[in-house]
Amino acid sequence: MELSFYLVQLLNAIQYGFLLFLVASGLTLLFGIMGIINLAHGSFYMIGAYLAYWLTGVTGNLWLGILLGLPIALLVGYLVERFAISFLYQRDHLYQVLLTFAMILIFNELQQILWGTDVHGVAIPEILAGSIPLTENQSYPIYRLFISAVCIAIACGMSWVIQKTRLGMMIRAGASNREMVQSLGIDVNRLFALVFSCGVALAAFAGMLASPVDSVYPGMGENVLIISFVVVVIGGTGSIKGAFVGAMLIGLVSTFGKVLLPEMASIMVYALMAAILLWRPQGLFGRAA
Amino acid sequence: MTEKNQNGISRRDLIIKGAVVTAGLAASSVLVPARFAIGGQAKVKVGILLPYTGTYAKLGTHIRDAMLMRFAEANNMLGGRPIEFVDIDSEAKPAKAQQLTDKLIKKENVDFLVGPVHSVVGMAMVKMARGNGPITVIPNAGADQLTGVLCAPNVFRTSFSSHQMGYPGGPAMLEDGHKRVVLMYWNYGFGKQVAAAFKKSFLPAGGTIVKEIPTPFPKVDFQAYLTELAALKPDAVYTFYAGGGAVKFVKDFAAAGLKKSIKLYGAGFLTEGLGAAQGDAAEGVRTILHYADTLDNPANQRFRAAFKAATGASADVYAVQGYDAGELILRGMNAVKGDTGARAEMIAAMENAVIDSPRGQLRFSKSHNPIHDIYLREVVKGENRVVRVAAKDQDDPATGCSMA
Amino acid sequence: MSALSRFLPLSALLVLLLFPLLGSEYYVGLLSRIIILAIFAMSLDLLIGYTGLVSFGHAAFFGIGGYALAIAFQDASVIHLWQALPLSLAAAALAALLVGWISIRTSGIYFIMITLAFAQMFFYYFFESPSYGGDDGIFLFLKPVLMIGSEDILKLEQENNFYYFALSCLVAGYLLLTMILRAPFGKVITAIKANEHRVCALGYSVNRYKLVSFVIAGTLAGLAGFLEGAHSGYINPSYMSWHESGIAIAIVVLGGMGTLYGPVVGAFIVVLLQDFLPSLTEHWQLLFGSIIISVALFLPRGATSLLPRILALLRREKSEDASSEEDPLEKTDG
Repeated sequence: MELSFYLVQLLNAIQYGFLLFLVASGLTLLFGIMGIINLAHGSFYMIGAYLAYWLTGVTGNLWLGILLGLPIALLVGYLVERFAISFLYQRDHLYQVLLTFAMILIFNELQQILWGTDVHGVAIPEILAGSIPLTENQSYPIYRLFISAVCIAIACGMSWVIQKTRLGMMIRAGASNREMVQSLGIDVNRLFALVFSCGVALAAFAGMLASPVDSVYPGMGENVLIISFVVVVIGGTGSIKGAFVGAMLIGLVSTFGKVLLPEMASIMVYALMAAILLWRPQGLFGRAA
Repeated sequence: MTEKNQNGISRRDLIIKGAVVTAGLAASSVLVPARFAIGGQAKVKVGILLPYTGTYAKLGTHIRDAMLMRFAEANNMLGGRPIEFVDIDSEAKPAKAQQLTDKLIKKENVDFLVGPVHSVVGMAMVKMARGNGPITVIPNAGADQLTGVLCAPNVFRTSFSSHQMGYPGGPAMLEDGHKRVVLMYWNYGFGKQVAAAFKKSFLPAGGTIVKEIPTPFPKVDFQAYLTELAALKPDAVYTFYAGGGAVKFVKDFAAAGLKKSIKLYGAGFLTEGLGAAQGDAAEGVRTILHYADTLDNPANQRFRAAFKAATGASADVYAVQGYDAGELILRGMNAVKGDTGARAEMIAAMENAVIDSPRGQLRFSKSHNPIHDIYLREVVKGENRVVRVAAKDQDDPATGCSMA
Repeated sequence: MSALSRFLPLSALLVLLLFPLLGSEYYVGLLSRIIILAIFAMSLDLLIGYTGLVSFGHAAFFGIGGYALAIAFQDASVIHLWQALPLSLAAAALAALLVGWISIRTSGIYFIMITLAFAQMFFYYFFESPSYGGDDGIFLFLKPVLMIGSEDILKLEQENNFYYFALSCLVAGYLLLTMILRAPFGKVITAIKANEHRVCALGYSVNRYKLVSFVIAGTLAGLAGFLEGAHSGYINPSYMSWHESGIAIAIVVLGGMGTLYGPVVGAFIVVLLQDFLPSLTEHWQLLFGSIIISVALFLPRGATSLLPRILALLRREKSEDASSEEDPLEKTDG
């Protein structure tokens, strides 16, 4: 194979990494900052995609669909936090695993009741519909590049909020010592409700953004769930930087794995994770426990 | 939602009725020939094991609704006996298949067993039902083994075998002038069998497989493989993908600009019932299947109208397979006038049935697999239109079957 | 209370022993499945409930137990129980040793995720490997037999024989775990769950204890997998999927973790729910999920934790009649 082939594959790998980061960013927020294992993250991704499909159908425009869908996702996140997750902050991770596992079942059924069992597609908005030629017979859709740009924006935005703003400071403090922050007069409950809602909205946003390139179908969330956990764990929970590096690593390993060692492609990602945890049990950028 | 069938009876009603009349009647219908039962009114029990949740939910509901529609057209009487349904959600989970089949056979004592969609569930099911179990009709699962190694007198299939799905593809692509072909398919049982069948006809007839690219099932990240495909520069690509994966593949293929230089072919599921989701990306894609929405025969037109009226949904190949499953059971029961004890007679009648199906003429091989025409279709304006008959009376070799 | 707590399991065992005399073949088969699941869940309880290791990949060892049987005896003309059973147990133990050795270095969320990762690796290995049937799995057309000389002592072909064999495995597993937990080893692992640092400070090699516990649990899960393979004559990768690991956790918590008998009760509850709920509605998973959520939120010690409360309530009523003071038997937990 020629060099151009590997360059295009590199582009694919980075692009895939961006998509993974988009999904994993919300997860690392809940995971690292709130200490919540959210197995229903894939379901929120799926809900986002279905919201995009539904609202784009109603409004005739993906941007409007996303604009209307985000408040709904925030609301869903808020309700889930208030009526379920908030009871579990003091408990063992086990209960979070169980609770969010059960939520997968529930959201799958709700999806089926609300939107049926068909496979759907969402059209790419007119302005981004074109593509750029890469090699003599392959071209690259502009929309995918657009997704990458959004990912970079989100990554920068999240780091900025968490590292530089007062809100971010409260979040970081709340995560490391809940009681202390509470005694300082900050309402941790409200803070956590806000963070959880944002995490859910991020997952849903990822689903909305990906809906034109992915298709919209029952069970689609489970395809991204486990892999985004791998991303977060490799990077170290709670680290935006870690999630980004993790996503890129997975993007590279899985893309070049498919090309160079096709029969091992599925296993390699998990082997990478095991190897990294063997070397650094708290992930690449995680704080030692 | 498809909760209601054409009679307005919900699945729940069916199940509740099923539960009420379970023990006593079921026992009598098995032990005493129905003819001699009180007034000939003992109910025939039809057990249905189809997925109503998860990825295959739509297939399951279409198969069931179409079959119930066929029974309703016959006033819900099988050989003069009323029908009782026991309907179970298989969830398409292989790990639960045996338990659920066990329930239908041993607890519910069904006379007929209809299901499933998923091939692996099918193998677990057929392994238990073959031989002395209920008369079994498979309305979708395509694994070759079901009418091959696992074939049995009491097991019928109204859908297809993997072989029938892949084999006609080779000559069809050669006839279209594509000699250098890449094979891409989901790397799991059914995908592998379809690909193997394709090679069996394509290679001896002078075709060249440039490369075989199995992709992990059920994953949908195709980008790396599409780049590889572009670099290989074949005339065409033959694929097996279905459902959400098929939508994604067709869209990604078009978005990568490959449509201009590489012709996309596939087993029929690539575009079946996915027109709305795939949109323009699917235009010009050619697929091979034993059915097409636009088939111009009276049975098809009548069936599509009736299905639309009954369920509100457009019929597809799965509905046809369910409808024919209902027809096949009717033929068997009518031939013995409802006497489920006359098993050999009933099986003979089913085996010799020639059905005027919406797909065209449907007959059965000695291994009880369908013999039917396979069509080459092309997506034109969102419709799967028939280009030509790719294989007339396509049969299955029934490898390993002792009856063939 | 203690008389009752001894009486209950014994009477439950008696009912289970007599069941095949009354129940139909279908229900005996269903009960065999429940027993297999109970063994599996009980083994997970050793990790979750006693050692404090939340494994989210336990289904892998179940699958390996089944696959070892299926792979080794695929084409055999007779499956000797004395060969097949140790083989399955050894395979599961070996896998657990390997996975455990790496996994126990991590803790908390990372432990949950690394066990999941290993289970996924095994899943994909069997799913995509061409030599072991891929996703189609492997069929076994024979059932194991126990032979001495040329005499068949025990044929698992008959449903009742299998049932009693599975039941004795359950009882043996239960007794074994009880003994282990009463031994000093058991004291140490429960102490690790309560306070790992303190145990460490006392000079115990915490990781070694965790690893042994992990291997015991994995081996027992392999036993359950062996039984499943022998019972259904069929094994496929879906037994190893993370869904099955999740269901196993649900069983342990639903029944009551840290009790050993809780998971057995949990297995009954889950299988019977899955059998019954679909007859209520097409969207039965909505109900199933809601039940799991309610338990996670409001009944963290599981269904069996209700029993002492009910008993205490009953006793309190009695003692109120006798107008005497009653000691609080069970404190409600948080």
